[in-house]
Amino acid sequence: MIDIIINLALLSFLAISAIAIVRMKNLFAIIMLFGIFSFLSASVFMVMDAVDVAFTEAAVGAGISTVLMIATLALTKVQDEKRPGGHKPWLPLTVVIVTAAALVYGTLDIPAFGDANAPSQKHVAPQYLQRSIPETGIPNVVTSVLASYRGFDTLGEVFVVFTAGIAVLILIGGVAQPSKRKTSRKKKNA
Amino acid sequence: MDFLIGHYNYWVAIFLMMIGFYTVISHGNLVKKIIGLNIFQVSVFLLYISMSTVTGGAAPIITEGVQLYSNPLPHVLILTAIVVGVATTALGLALVVRIKEAYGTIEEDEIHEQDHSL
Amino acid sequence: MPNLILRVVSKILIPPIIIFALYVQFHGDFGPGGGFQAGVIFSAAFILYALVFGLDAAENVISTSVLRFLASLGVLIYAGVGIATVFLGGNYLEYTVLASTQVAGQHLGILLVELGVGITVFSVMLLIFFTFAAKGRA
Repeated sequence: MIDIIINLALLSFLAISAIAIVRMKNLFAIIMLFGIFSFLSASVFMVMDAVDVAFTEAAVGAGISTVLMIATLALTKVQDEKRPGGHKPWLPLTVVIVTAAALVYGTLDIPAFGDANAPSQKHVAPQYLQRSIPETGIPNVVTSVLASYRGFDTLGEVFVVFTAGIAVLILIGGVAQPSKRKTSRKKKNA
Repeated sequence: MDFLIGHYNYWVAIFLMMIGFYTVISHGNLVKKIIGLNIFQVSVFLLYISMSTVTGGAAPIITEGVQLYSNPLPHVLILTAIVVGVATTALGLALVVRIKEAYGTIEEDEIHEQDHSL
Repeated sequence: MPNLILRVVSKILIPPIIIFALYVQFHGDFGPGGGFQAGVIFSAAFILYALVFGLDAAENVISTSVLRFLASLGVLIYAGVGIATVFLGGNYLEYTVLASTQVAGQHLGILLVELGVGITVFSVMLLIFFTFAAKGRA
């Protein structure tokens, strides 16, 4: 019972902080609130027994992405968001409400939260849980699925991370003007 | 009441998804759009992890004496998605920095004005 | 001396963060953790160092060119394990052929692959941060 209450409370906090993020204008405050939002979502994942995911979200969402967003803010020297002048709020609001209604209609048939007999629990998941120890000797099933059963998948993800790093370097890394950087280095050394 | 508790997670996921969607389509500031995309992303994570949870189940680390575990497969998918998500967010932010250099603004309508594209 | 408290606290904090990252990396088979988390935590230690002591000090510890090399090295380790299993007579990324027994082979393969993931994630995250920070310095 207590974990249901914790779950509901954390999810409500998550929703409230998301509303606050949309309504605020100061970008620095928005980014700080987004860090809190990430931490809240990490706590929700923790309550839902997804320890590996909670771990990653806490390190990535609250750590790295907050730092990167603040760095962007420092680079663009923008403090506040201007009010959306040309955009009328009712049009996007209608689109959002219609989409939300369709999605909520779709959830009515979904098996309830935590149902052990839901279709998603019945196919591959028991196989992984039973075969992980005899086949790989690894108790943490998330690791064995990640690196062994779905190794191709993870290889692709690593390539995506690598490609994103290269793309950032190409966009703002100054690789296009190597001579400029060398001279600035020399000046600093002298 | 059971129906409400059983579907609350999905509804919060939909709510967050719509907040993110609304931010992306109604706000002109590019940094705020990226934050909207991130909220959208977290809502997808939330949906997947909600589907993996089993009431009374343990985290999927095999321990003696524990019979019921939550589903490890969505955990794997979301774990990699989070790290890939931050890499792509960094790419988006790099694009924002380049746009600021080229146009001198990160407001969408001002960029359109300079391009005469609207 | 400016930021005295920040400097002292971060000097105390950085070694445990690095040790914890290594623990997460190599204990990921038994507890929560793995290459993705370890890479991010490891880079967080360096980002903390760069934030407190400045970008130049951090680039003296680990330079951008080393990071570029490491980013490719991690991907190469991962893909190379796959190539190695092909040469040993198995399918791509079939770790069983790496050692005498299936469990030992899987264990070795997963360890190497997670190491590759950890190195790439660490160096790409740090590279991205250094790129953003260096942009602000120019």
